[in-house]
Amino acid sequence: MLLIVIVLTFLLLESASGDAVDAYLLSIGGGDATVAQSLRQAYGLDQSMLARLWLYISSLSRLDLGWSVAFDRPVLLLVLERLPNTLLLMGSATALAFGLGSALGIVAGAKPESASDRVLSTVSLILYAIPSFWLGLVLSIVFAVQLRWLPTSGIETIASGKTGLTRAADIASHLVLPVGALALIYTALFLRVMRAGMADVWALDFVLFARSKGLSRSRIVLRHVARNALLPLVTMLGLQSAAMLGGSVVIESIFAVPGFGRLAQEAVSGRDAPLLMGIILVSAVLVICINLVIDLLYAALDPRVGASEPAA
Amino acid sequence: MRRIRNLMKTPEGMAGFGILATLILVALFAPVLSPGDPLRIAGDPLLAPFVDPAFPLGTDRLGRDVLAGIIHGTRTSLAVGIAAAIAAIAIGLCVGLAAGFAGGLVEEALMRVVDAFQIVPSFLLALAFVSVIGASVPVVVLAIALGAWADPARLTRAQVLSIRERDYVAAARVIGMHPVEIAWKEILPNALPPVLALSAIIVAAAILTEAALSFLGLGDPNIVTWGSMIAEGRNVLRSSPSLSIFPGIALVVTVIGVYLLSEGFGKTLAGSEA
Repeated sequence: MLLIVIVLTFLLLESASGDAVDAYLLSIGGGDATVAQSLRQAYGLDQSMLARLWLYISSLSRLDLGWSVAFDRPVLLLVLERLPNTLLLMGSATALAFGLGSALGIVAGAKPESASDRVLSTVSLILYAIPSFWLGLVLSIVFAVQLRWLPTSGIETIASGKTGLTRAADIASHLVLPVGALALIYTALFLRVMRAGMADVWALDFVLFARSKGLSRSRIVLRHVARNALLPLVTMLGLQSAAMLGGSVVIESIFAVPGFGRLAQEAVSGRDAPLLMGIILVSAVLVICINLVIDLLYAALDPRVGASEPAA
Repeated sequence: MRRIRNLMKTPEGMAGFGILATLILVALFAPVLSPGDPLRIAGDPLLAPFVDPAFPLGTDRLGRDVLAGIIHGTRTSLAVGIAAAIAAIAIGLCVGLAAGFAGGLVEEALMRVVDAFQIVPSFLLALAFVSVIGASVPVVVLAIALGAWADPARLTRAQVLSIRERDYVAAARVIGMHPVEIAWKEILPNALPPVLALSAIIVAAAILTEAALSFLGLGDPNIVTWGSMIAEGRNVLRSSPSLSIFPGIALVVTVIGVYLLSEGFGKTLAGSEA
């Protein structure tokens, strides 16, 4: 499967008019044809397409993602350098969205068609329609520009010399706005899925049985209904991981978080094909890993999913 | 026609239909509502909103009319959103139909390609695609469709697999219909409704993706879009935040309209099955 991703992205980037050498020459103010020729030779850009595809795949198998033309550094190093910031951003946003979304979903789904359900459903519909980059801008206008509570951009205060806990607190305060902007939309999504799932479970026989046993309402809601409605939510978590990674590209560029997504944007503006390819590949690997974890989690949550079934 | 009437009976459907109908009218009559090029310099730069009756929503850094931009931006958003969704569903239907109907090695190969497209973040893919080929409206449409066709393909295949075994398909095979004719006339119409139900979500996602792309400066520079207006306003975010806020509100209203319509559709579909 990864091989298909490799070939497809390679073909896509191959169809570009103009290569990294063109972009580089443009940025240094032009150069003559012999310079361009020797540069192309150095980067192997003068060989045939198939030869380069083979070269690329064989070097990938040695975990060599190539050399970034724009940064003049190995792609793997660049990606690994930026990845923790994005994982931090995505991880906290996912945790927040999952926790808040499922909690509010339980409140809404505890009594379908009640007033609290209506209000929460409407609010989540509106939230779900908000583009995350715009939400990010509005949040930064309110909390960073008007109220001055939080920093507008970056991942930590530059050259602050902070260490240990103060540094962690500094990073946390920089992350509040981007995490909020990314998480709110997914909170709405998880809320809706949780609520819909609970509405379905309410109609099932075992809930009726639990009721006739005389169990308390809160126990039925939490132990019987919510627990079963949580499963589709976990599935959703895996499905959305790719979208969330894409969403963090925009969020990172708004809040100037030096992460993976911002690297993608820099690769685009630098016409840095090896870097862009590396980013797409690493993100695909990341999504596969996340889904693997989700599958394992699923088996732990739902005893019906046996170990005999192969993980998709 | 009956579907539409049923749709109007649900409050969500009616609200969504109302919002979208208004927006489509605005998009169609944009040249009448606000004549002239929306990118031309119309007045003094950075007029505040609600001050000058000639520019109800103010002007931007270059003195371009914000209201005119929003009116003309409706065209881009709706056109790109709908075109990308149609393209994505068309590709998805073809691939899903071929995979489900052909089976065997063809199915295996096609579904692996679908897998490949599903694990690559679609926004990254669109970003790479547009940056490689160059920004213009058809390229943006294609880029968005490229990241969105995997879901309808998967759904179509699942539908085809279940329909393929039904009795009326067997009957068609017995009377000697050509496989392509069976696929086209017997299977496709029955596999279509659930896939179409997905279309509203795809339209909404496409509108949001287009906005995000043009926000990052990867839209067509000669066409006004809400995303590029937000990006332009971002330069003066501290002094006049309204420049970014108004196009954003337009975006939110559009997407809410699409979601409401799809909720209404969902309710009528559920109602007709019950």
